[in-house]
Amino acid sequence: MLLRHTNKDIKERKALNVNPAKTCQPIGAMYASLGIHGCLPHSHGSQGCCAYHRSALTRHYREPVMAATSSFTEGSSVFGGQANLIQAIDNIFTTYDPDIIAVHTTCLSETIGDDVNQITIKAVKDGKVPKGKYVIHASTPSYVGSHVTGFSNMTKAMVMHFAKSTGKPNGKYNIIPGYVEPSDMTEIKRIVEKLGIKPILFPDTSNVLNGPQTGRYSMFPEGGVTIDELKSSGDSMGTIALGSLASADAARSLDSKWRVPCQVQDLPIGLAATDRFVNALRIAAGVSVPDEITRERGQLLDIITDMHQYFYGKKVALSGDPDHLISLTEFLVSIDMAPVHIVTGTSGKDFEKRIQDITSHLPYKVNVKAGGDMFTLHQWIKNEPVDLLIANTYGKYIARDDDIPFIRYGFPILDRIGHSYFPSVCYRGGIRLLEKILDALMDRLDRDAPEEKFELVM
Amino acid sequence: MSTKLKGRGSNSNENKSGDALPDRLSMIDPEEVKKELLARYPAKVARKRSKQIMANKIDEEGEVPVMSANVRTIPGIITQRGCCYAGCKGVILGPTRDIVNITHGPIGCGFYSWLTRRNQTKPSSDKDDNFMTYCLSTDMQDKDIVFGGEEKLKTAIQEAYDIFKPKAISIFATCPVGLIGDDVHSVAREMKEKLGINIFGFSCEGYRGVSQSAGHHIANNGIFTHVVGKDDSIKKADYKINLLGEYNIGGDGFEIDRILDNCGISIVSTFSGNSTYDQFANSHTADLNTVMCHRSINYVADMLEIKYGIPWIKINFIGAKSTAKSLRKIATYFENPKLIKKVEEVIKKEMPQIETIRKDVKKRCAGKIAMLFVGGSRAHHYQELFKEIGMKTISAGYEFAHRDDYEGRKVLPDIKIDADSRNIEELAVEKNEKKYIARKTDKEIEKLEEQGLAFKSYNGMMPEMEAEALIIDDVSQYETEMLLKIYKPDIYCAGIKEKYAIQKNGIPMKQLHSYDSGGPYAGFKGAVNFYKEIDRLVNSKVWDYLEAPWQANPELSAKYVWE
Ligand code: SF4
Ligand code: SF4
Repeated sequence: MLLRHTNKDIKERKALNVNPAKTCQPIGAMYASLGIHGCLPHSHGSQGCCAYHRSALTRHYREPVMAATSSFTEGSSVFGGQANLIQAIDNIFTTYDPDIIAVHTTCLSETIGDDVNQITIKAVKDGKVPKGKYVIHASTPSYVGSHVTGFSNMTKAMVMHFAKSTGKPNGKYNIIPGYVEPSDMTEIKRIVEKLGIKPILFPDTSNVLNGPQTGRYSMFPEGGVTIDELKSSGDSMGTIALGSLASADAARSLDSKWRVPCQVQDLPIGLAATDRFVNALRIAAGVSVPDEITRERGQLLDIITDMHQYFYGKKVALSGDPDHLISLTEFLVSIDMAPVHIVTGTSGKDFEKRIQDITSHLPYKVNVKAGGDMFTLHQWIKNEPVDLLIANTYGKYIARDDDIPFIRYGFPILDRIGHSYFPSVCYRGGIRLLEKILDALMDRLDRDAPEEKFELVM
Repeated sequence: MSTKLKGRGSNSNENKSGDALPDRLSMIDPEEVKKELLARYPAKVARKRSKQIMANKIDEEGEVPVMSANVRTIPGIITQRGCCYAGCKGVILGPTRDIVNITHGPIGCGFYSWLTRRNQTKPSSDKDDNFMTYCLSTDMQDKDIVFGGEEKLKTAIQEAYDIFKPKAISIFATCPVGLIGDDVHSVAREMKEKLGINIFGFSCEGYRGVSQSAGHHIANNGIFTHVVGKDDSIKKADYKINLLGEYNIGGDGFEIDRILDNCGISIVSTFSGNSTYDQFANSHTADLNTVMCHRSINYVADMLEIKYGIPWIKINFIGAKSTAKSLRKIATYFENPKLIKKVEEVIKKEMPQIETIRKDVKKRCAGKIAMLFVGGSRAHHYQELFKEIGMKTISAGYEFAHRDDYEGRKVLPDIKIDADSRNIEELAVEKNEKKYIARKTDKEIEKLEEQGLAFKSYNGMMPEMEAEALIIDDVSQYETEMLLKIYKPDIYCAGIKEKYAIQKNGIPMKQLHSYDSGGPYAGFKGAVNFYKEIDRLVNSKVWDYLEAPWQANPELSAKYVWE
């Protein structure tokens, strides 16, 4: 057994996190920054954080993830990191020539109390920021929130820095896709455009973190929201933010600063959440939904009705991020699966409340915890076994020990590909999720069936 | 490319193994390349980098240029390096399976060092402790940063103890911890007293030192102070050694164990691949220390010698020939004809199959060129394997090495201690009168030295490379990209952060920290694995598809029209 010390005996823990179901803010900020075209993320702190965040993102995407660091030494930790950051900005623009540097802080620079805003102003004054180039920044201490918070903070920083209102509406809608994969961002954009709506989608990591092999490496790939688009986001007709934790802050600040009306929707994962998203788009923009999208919806529903017998009553354990888990749980419940254990590492009462609302009518008890960890999830599973586990790659240790069908979902996925190419959002993404669920469950049926019950047609 | 071309003497484009170099390379002047690498940097940066980029020169006495190493990374340069915590918790303590490691800090540091290095471990039974699959963190929150996290750490230790009942717990400090003044050592002492198990802390905050190397040092000092020497029982075996600086990445250690086992040589303790607490505690009973990755651990070998009387030699199990040579060194040390004979038998048994494969692979790989930028000894060791299949390393450097790793151990006395290394504790070690046993008399050592066995010594990378090879310390992303453009190597070796930017240039890349998904590459079987792996990488046709047909022939002409 790989997790041989995990047993049924659940003891309350006050201080110790065992096998986290979250990670730290800066990686979310780095990921969001990569969704700006021509941007080099910069980690203001000691170089280990940056190395870790780059490595984790690289392993998840199998793509180059470039970012610079202030490389604090003991001296900078005592006297502050101003000199390091200014030198870094100079070196980055001279050597790598990005259009924009997006600085996020780390635990260290936050604990020291570096004033990054003041430092970047000084860098501009000192002539370290070439004309037409930008430095933006977000405060991302990891002792608050999680990687999702970092994503949210950097996304907010984008609009706070760039958005302007010229008084002339641009006829577009801001879409904040949430902390989702590049493939999901493409899919969200496709749906929006299919409805005849022109989006400004940010951040947008499609064509950045799922780039092609061409034999020619470019540090700043094609994708990403442009600075002009970000500037223009203050002139948009409205903002639709997907996933309240990851996207709402940016949307609300656009609303309060530039009066761009916003709505916050759940991530469009599964049938009902996608319905709400499409409906919201339709109503906001006053457009009708093209048949093609309605057809996709019908296809998703068709699979649900065709294969319902395999979903029905199957118990599921889930670990992941709040925005995803809310929609995913709703989806599972809607197809009569039984999510019984749900854990996220990110704290927040809202999450538990939402999950309880979604599951309150069910005839069984649902374990849910925000600010939990995968050790707890595993202990719950030991006490009440499940038919399916949905989690990031770390879940495979639980799945192997307890012989549970397993679907990789969330961040990080370190041992499979697919997530950056195939979406799991909207109707088509729903189809992919169902395919994965069915593959996992039905492979298990095939594996375990006695010979006389082994079936060709299922 | 503006690099000036330079003709060289007719014999200068032959490397030591006698394989001719591709013509384009003999035309590249490393001094010109250096200039080109520096041209774009701001003046101050260029000045600093110029001391870390060196065209290799070897004079008649075998002396090489002074290399600036183990110096601060320039902010913003895009470095390969990680931090002290990564070196301490990730590299050194990570591979030990039965010590419960608690990261004291916010969640990230612990999370990223959770199972991400491929250090394999194999408990001897299902009942044995194995905590390696667990990530334990105090997950500090803002109130802990403001009011201090010591109480939380104590509670966390108690909770970890209650769940895991380990024989030892170690605590790792991350960046904010040092700043807010949490004292992990006093907490460790208090909890050790309370729980009656061994508990010790590491001040390995990420900002200490200039790279992972500082963390290796802190970790090794900690193990030496808190664990080594705690168990005096003598293992019954004829030839007892410790293996220092071997981390069992991709199962390297398993293969080394297999070979040593065949020779009848017993490992008391490996630092730290596939290791256990008890092995460390007992390690002072070995009769010889063999040092593999000297960068990460040579000081431990020194301390074990001073305190317990165990001599040390440098060995290297990377490469079939090096493996054979290392086995012979160990046999020479024990001066037992039986062992010497056994070692020769093992070598004789293993070598023929290796040779067949090596020769076959060499046919396809000879004359190709490699670049290695990694670690603190691997960029050196792995040149050996490339050489065995006729490939040449044209440029190399380390991520976190010190001068001695480039120039050889003899420069140690010349290395100036700067502000960044001063805060890494050097232990003052003395002879332990009770436990010290001189394994060899001075005379015996002298005699062995005369036979060619070098004690306390290792060569640097530079004297063993070609003159004119380009050596670069702490290479930056920009320099990497320039090297690819100028030299067009057939393979580039580095770490995960570099991997895909290199491959996107259409150049195969091999990770030499984690081995991607491969290994073992150490020992005899490892050599074969590596030959095959490099053959796969540099000779695969997958790199030929980079252009779509319409990119290769963009013009539409009449003849493409359907007939
Ligand atoms: S938790 Fe803080 S110190 Fe650790 S990796 Fe994240 S930002 Fe760096
Ligand atoms: S050279 Fe590589 S294996 Fe050796 S300590 Fe350094 S990183 Fe580890």
